[in-house]
Amino acid sequence: MKFGVVIFPGSNCDHDMIYVLRDIFNQEVVELWHKDTDLQNADAIMLPGGFSYGDYLRSGAIARYSPIMEKVIAFANNGGFVFGVCNGFQILCEAGLLPGALLHNNNQKFICKNIYIRPESSKTALTKTLNTDRALKIPVAHGEGRYFADKETLVNMRQNDQILFRYCNEKGEISNNTNPNGSVENIAGVCNENKNVFGMMPHPERAADKELGNEDGKHIFESILASIQ
Amino acid sequence: MKFIAEIDVMPLKALLDPQGKAVTMSMHNIGFKEVGNVRIGKHITLEIEAESKDKASAQVEEACKKILTNPIMEGYEIKIQEA
Repeated sequence: MKFGVVIFPGSNCDHDMIYVLRDIFNQEVVELWHKDTDLQNADAIMLPGGFSYGDYLRSGAIARYSPIMEKVIAFANNGGFVFGVCNGFQILCEAGLLPGALLHNNNQKFICKNIYIRPESSKTALTKTLNTDRALKIPVAHGEGRYFADKETLVNMRQNDQILFRYCNEKGEISNNTNPNGSVENIAGVCNENKNVFGMMPHPERAADKELGNEDGKHIFESILASIQ
Repeated sequence: MKFIAEIDVMPLKALLDPQGKAVTMSMHNIGFKEVGNVRIGKHITLEIEAESKDKASAQVEEACKKILTNPIMEGYEIKIQEA
């Protein structure tokens, strides 16, 4: 597998993503600068977390129009695997590749802590090998992570298994108390209708190394590798 | 001709505006008890060259849809005048 990790000015989780793919999972990784217009034959595109273009205007609004994104959008529309984490998720929503939008957290705070998420179904590349009964401990670090989509969109997403993860407690129980940012229906991650574009606010790449004391994020990468290799 | 556009971007009424909520509470705390439902948006100004006011309006409208606002979370109003 050859992964392309896109680097925008203001990306700050790009090297976490590259490290996990290259050093933990022994995958080939190419770094794609935002001004590039060539995906270098990558099999999968990863949009990392950070604060692309300083989060000016809206998170992801400017990055979405960077030169590389034109190619990423064409790649996605052609069925290519694209995965955005945190700011990457925001960029994919702004680009219209994923439904919904990410608003300021309802408590107006930047939240940086470990939370739990539960896979909603095993019918997507990102969740294929995950146990839907087990909560994963994954860190979040965002100020604008309140997922929102209108009711009609949510109905379609539910019917089409597009909801990937919901915020829950350690036991996998989902309630308002386990919702860190006010996301509608506790949604932490979604995919597009064709199930080739994925986004999630929590950072699996920050929880995929033994040295960090938490390897729950590894399961998500394992699912990706099992699905698209 | 040069025109100046002023664009007010507001969070959609149906959505919680946490910033506005925090300011409402703070205003109550310092004595502005009569105030309620503060909502905070953005004010954007820009200059634009166009043959006519209608053409300038059309371009600004397109810019609002394409980049300046996100219709999932925001609404907007445009005012245009000759510079």
